[in-house]
Amino acid sequence: MSGEPSVTDKFETTPDWQIVAVVMGIIYLAYIVSGFLIGFPLRGQINAIGNLTFYVAVFAMLSLALNLHWGYTGLFNIGVVAFMAIGVYTMAVLVKQPLSQDPTAQIGGLGLPIPVGMAAGVVVATVFGLIVSLPALRLRADYLAIVTIAFSEIMRFTFLETSIKTFTLFGTETGLGGGSGLVFNVPAPIDWLTSALYVRGPYLDFVGWFGTTLGIGNPKAVVDNLVYSIILVLVVVAFYWLLQRIGRSPFGRVLKAIREDEDVARALGKDTDWFKMQSFMVGCGLMGLVGVLWMYDQGAINPNNFRPRLTFYAWIALIIGGAGSNTGSVLGGAIFAALLFQGPVYAKNLVTTAVGSGSAPQTFAGAVAPLGNLDPGPFAYYVLGNINQLQIVFMGVVLIWLMHNRPEGLLGHRSEEAAAVDLTDRPVVSDGGEVDE
Amino acid sequence: MSETAESDAAGDAESPSVAGLGGGSPDMAEYPLQVEDLRKQFGGITAVDGVSFEIEAGTMTGLIGPNGAGKSTTFNCITGMYDPDGGTVTFNGEDVTGMDPHDIAQRGLVRTFQIARELSDMTVLENMMLAPKGQRGERLWQSVLPGTRDRVIEQETELVEQVWDALEFFDIDHLASERAGNLSGGQRKLLELARAMLTDPDMLLLDEPFAGVNPTLEARLLEHVHELRKQGYTFLIVEHDMDLIMNNCERVIVMHQGKLLTDGTPEEVRSDEEVIEAYLGGQA
Ligand SMILES: Nc1ncnc2c1ncn2[C@@H]1O[C@H](COP(=O)(O)OP(=O)(O)OP(=O)(O)O)[C@@H](O)[C@H]1O
Ligand SMILES: [Mg+2]
Repeated sequence: MSGEPSVTDKFETTPDWQIVAVVMGIIYLAYIVSGFLIGFPLRGQINAIGNLTFYVAVFAMLSLALNLHWGYTGLFNIGVVAFMAIGVYTMAVLVKQPLSQDPTAQIGGLGLPIPVGMAAGVVVATVFGLIVSLPALRLRADYLAIVTIAFSEIMRFTFLETSIKTFTLFGTETGLGGGSGLVFNVPAPIDWLTSALYVRGPYLDFVGWFGTTLGIGNPKAVVDNLVYSIILVLVVVAFYWLLQRIGRSPFGRVLKAIREDEDVARALGKDTDWFKMQSFMVGCGLMGLVGVLWMYDQGAINPNNFRPRLTFYAWIALIIGGAGSNTGSVLGGAIFAALLFQGPVYAKNLVTTAVGSGSAPQTFAGAVAPLGNLDPGPFAYYVLGNINQLQIVFMGVVLIWLMHNRPEGLLGHRSEEAAAVDLTDRPVVSDGGEVDE
Repeated sequence: MSETAESDAAGDAESPSVAGLGGGSPDMAEYPLQVEDLRKQFGGITAVDGVSFEIEAGTMTGLIGPNGAGKSTTFNCITGMYDPDGGTVTFNGEDVTGMDPHDIAQRGLVRTFQIARELSDMTVLENMMLAPKGQRGERLWQSVLPGTRDRVIEQETELVEQVWDALEFFDIDHLASERAGNLSGGQRKLLELARAMLTDPDMLLLDEPFAGVNPTLEARLLEHVHELRKQGYTFLIVEHDMDLIMNNCERVIVMHQGKLLTDGTPEEVRSDEEVIEAYLGGQA
């Protein structure tokens, strides 16, 4: 506001992609530096980068999918995790080997190819999106919130349910596994992918070369992890491409109008229920895909992976980045993953390396009492010992700070014009009339 | 659920009868809008109490009445925003009572709101681009798939041109990239009117369209409305400015406490005792 450009002014005028690039640079640099400070060996360092990239990617994807619901259409979906669960459970049931092939498994599957399972996961999540949206979207906006949160818990209890722990589907015995969940028991993502692409030999050669060159023993797990994360980054790019395409189109324009004032959209002849349904279904399908890509890599799933907490993580990522902006969604996903999701554990390691892990008091009172004697040690150790619980507190603090200081998120105020062409570029009226982008 | 009527707009494309009253465009009904015994209650209040009227094609009709007479509620019932408690609404010969607002708008009956409802976080251009009917890119797959996207872009390019012309006409082209929420009250009214026009309706229901618009522009807009009227478009206008109504409308409908009080030419209405009592009050 004043004469000389402040940091905020500079931020406002910097192109989005530069902000993303700078933030990513800072995040990775910080992780590498703290990795060295902690004293990670090279193997640990690479593994840490792989993990960071993995979480940056999945939260960016979740945030993008949620942005279609909330940022574009104003649909308040707080049941994100249910659609992730539906996606990956569908996949697991379809791709697990039948009991006849894999008699040691607790629960059998249909033994279908992995791509079929993935696609079915997305389709079934989409269909559930339709089912949930049918009653909810016709009601007032906040009903969708109630319906989705309820739905996500109902789904979790359904997965926990013992009566459908096993059942018969198309004559094959299968099931959802109840509380103990499902173990995939199929090749891990990279193993499957390299075989499917007939590059298994060269890939293993590369892994071996990588290990000897850098002096890492047993490099396969580390390299697999890193390669899978990079593949996920490519999927983020695909998500981004799709959502930009949707956002910058007449379809996206109607979604935006619905978010702003649904009555106006209807008065202009738009069948808003149908648009909301489509937006909801596409977002749910994408969430199903995130579930598939995230959990398939873990090798096993159980209902406790799908607590509502995960939904709120997606929301925090979106709010940090700024609802309404796809670039912001990616940025929010990255910042959330690096700072709030992985960050505290890293900070703990860092501090523990620096000052050693003293004996933490058992109770909060035991931690606070010595503060009276100006001895912060026990309190600090107590904090470190409970870092996982405190993570949630940090998230709360960040959210409150954002609400007060930047409710629109980092990039939410930057309107991304909802049109397939640049509107401000007034067409020159010439006799030919040019048709280009 | 998703049928998009692309053929609707064809009706008014050719309008051979330029000459004055009575002759609307040929394939539009003589009385495009017929309202029959319309009723709407809110709890104890009867906001619209058995209102009936017909609007002739290619005319401009004024709907007047004191505050709370039920004018806006009548509009809401006609355009499907509210479900009427009784009565029928017929548009171009089709019973549209209780239809969804978007279905009614698709059929060419479009309204504007008394309190301007701009889409505030969208730019003026985006607001305008939303309006045209039959946009290919409103189908999700057409906007996404590479082959069809090109045709969407083609259509967008055509629309942008149309939109800029409209912005220029309504004198808000200098605000094109502005967030609609940043516009002044009068500018919002203009935006809303321009947006409604871009849907290419057969008939427009305008709820106090000129409130807050400066007199020069108001005169220009009225001129434009008259032009459109001669081409066969039909207008029903709610307005509190009596002079405007008396000077521009062929016909005036007066509502009072939910009921239709009088319906006639400006001269007839002006001399009606009841109207003078109920509405014009001391003015006469
Ligand atoms: N949504 C609603 N809920 C309850 N009562 C309503 C509602 N809409 C209108 N009313 C009532 O119906 C009556 C008619 O209101 P309406 O808005 O139609 O009047 P109007 O003729 O448009 O008045 P004005 O000239 O002030 O715009 C009023 O008594 C109003 O309080
Ligand atoms: Mg009114």
